[in-house]
Amino acid sequence: MTDALSNPVTSNVEPNEGFIHRFGEGLQRSLPVILTAGGLLIVWQVGVTVFNVPTFMAPSPTAIAVALYENAGTLWRNVQPTMLEAALGFVFGNLFAILLAIWFVHSPTAEQAVYPLAVFVKAIPIIALAPILVLIFGNGLTPKIIIAALICFFPTLVNMVQGLKSASPAMLDLMRVLSASPNEILWKVRIPASLPFLFAALRIAATSCVMGAIVAEWIGSTYGLGALIIDATFNFRSALLYATVVIAALLAVLLFSLVSLAESRIVRWKPAASE
Amino acid sequence: MLAALEQNLETSASHPAISVRNVSVRFGEGRGEVTALSDVSLDIPEGGFVTMLGPSGCGKSTLLRAIADLVPTSGGDISVLGRSPRQAREGRDFAFVFQDATLLPWRSVIDNVRLPIEVGKKNGASFDDPHKLLAMVGLAGREDALPHELSGGMRQRVAIARALVTRPRILLMDEPFGALDEITRDKLNEELLRIWQETGTTIVFVTHSIPEAAFLGQHVLMLKAHPGRVKDFMKVDFPSGRSLAIRDTVEFITVTARLRTMLEECL
Ligand SMILES: Nc1ncnc2c1ncn2[C@@H]1O[C@H](COP(=O)(O)OP(=O)(O)OP(=O)(O)O)[C@@H](O)[C@H]1O
Ligand SMILES: [Mg+2]
Repeated sequence: MTDALSNPVTSNVEPNEGFIHRFGEGLQRSLPVILTAGGLLIVWQVGVTVFNVPTFMAPSPTAIAVALYENAGTLWRNVQPTMLEAALGFVFGNLFAILLAIWFVHSPTAEQAVYPLAVFVKAIPIIALAPILVLIFGNGLTPKIIIAALICFFPTLVNMVQGLKSASPAMLDLMRVLSASPNEILWKVRIPASLPFLFAALRIAATSCVMGAIVAEWIGSTYGLGALIIDATFNFRSALLYATVVIAALLAVLLFSLVSLAESRIVRWKPAASE
Repeated sequence: MLAALEQNLETSASHPAISVRNVSVRFGEGRGEVTALSDVSLDIPEGGFVTMLGPSGCGKSTLLRAIADLVPTSGGDISVLGRSPRQAREGRDFAFVFQDATLLPWRSVIDNVRLPIEVGKKNGASFDDPHKLLAMVGLAGREDALPHELSGGMRQRVAIARALVTRPRILLMDEPFGALDEITRDKLNEELLRIWQETGTTIVFVTHSIPEAAFLGQHVLMLKAHPGRVKDFMKVDFPSGRSLAIRDTVEFITVTARLRTMLEECL
């Protein structure tokens, strides 16, 4: 990882100019999606008004906007614990998966012994696990972090194992000719080679960890976006419910963007397919 | 006295850098067993340039990889500068150039050349300057490029610079220019000859190209297939020296014709 980080990002464009240039380019690229989203919102608004849809079924976008504004304090209070749970779940789940994958690659016996267990964990419906974890760990942050971590864990494990094994036989021959130690092979070849695979998994994990945290908050929690969703549903506060969903989606998008940004900084090479 | 001196030089020059004695290599077990090499013996003179020719699958790569301690032998002995292949590998006596350049795609050109300096046991080894080597292979100014930004020929030059950075006494090359177009290949052939003359490195070079084998090799080692055995170890001498122009001379064409006949007999 240090290996990949050691190359600073270089650009031959002036920083200032470059920023404006990139901004303009980004705008141009995202223009179609902005227009589509705007169009859908307008259709929604018009549809709700024309067909007189009751607010508890589907509030109009403007009603949701009002709810977002009016409940800004509540939403902000509740997004914080969810974000914390999701982020910690993301870190622990992925870290554990990465370490396990490294262990598997070093020891085929470990892989044979533990991989099937990991598959079993994957097979447990996480939603069914949530009540059990709440019973064990109480109503604090712990069960939510564990569920967010469990959701991240498996895709990252699978991808990381594949990524660590993706170093070509020729690269491993090269390292052998150089009498490199297993540690050097890990840090200089296997881990850099695994990064594209790892980031593919991290992008999935960035959104699913938010889902894990929210689902965990459904079980008797008194705070967090998940609790707010339950609360708004049972009180028929439909606009607030939708507003909460919007915030949850924004949280997921934020984490996803952070991962993508990190990826574009770290993975600057093209895979060796052309060689 | 001069004659005596010459004789002396002659014997020290013919002291083998690599000596292969009755070596066999088998892959797999039972019914799936493949004998890649059977009872192969040969000597590669120190400072020599030996090219290896033979039909596909006859065990050229296997022989080179056995010398490099990448493949275990099933019988016989290999000695590299008087040591076992493993000791020679750990002592960085040889470097290996693969058919695809095998650069690490996340490292810049210069960092790829530095790789041998960063890994493995150093025990006081001296290294050549990576920048100087890049200049020598004609890549000065491309130090910070990433491998995917280079052409295939440039990548192979980087691989050669990387191989030379440990100042190896032996260079093992497995079809290093096999994937390149003819013009690039010719150019790299000339450069390789120049590097060989400048450094005095012993080179063993596997190729599929008869003209390439004749142009580069002081000796051509011909292997035949099923199982892999030595067919011939032929001395190639061009008194007029080796420039690309000799390839149109009668002497050169005579040599390639002989090699072609021999290769056909190996099939
Ligand atoms: N790792 C391996 N496992 C099993 N069989 C192998 C292995 N490597 C080589 N062989 C077999 O050994 C024989 C010699 O292979 P080798 O690669 O040395 O041939 P080669 O002369 O280099 O061929 P080419 O010119 O096509 O590169 C072949 O029959 C091949 O199938
Ligand atoms: Mg081969």
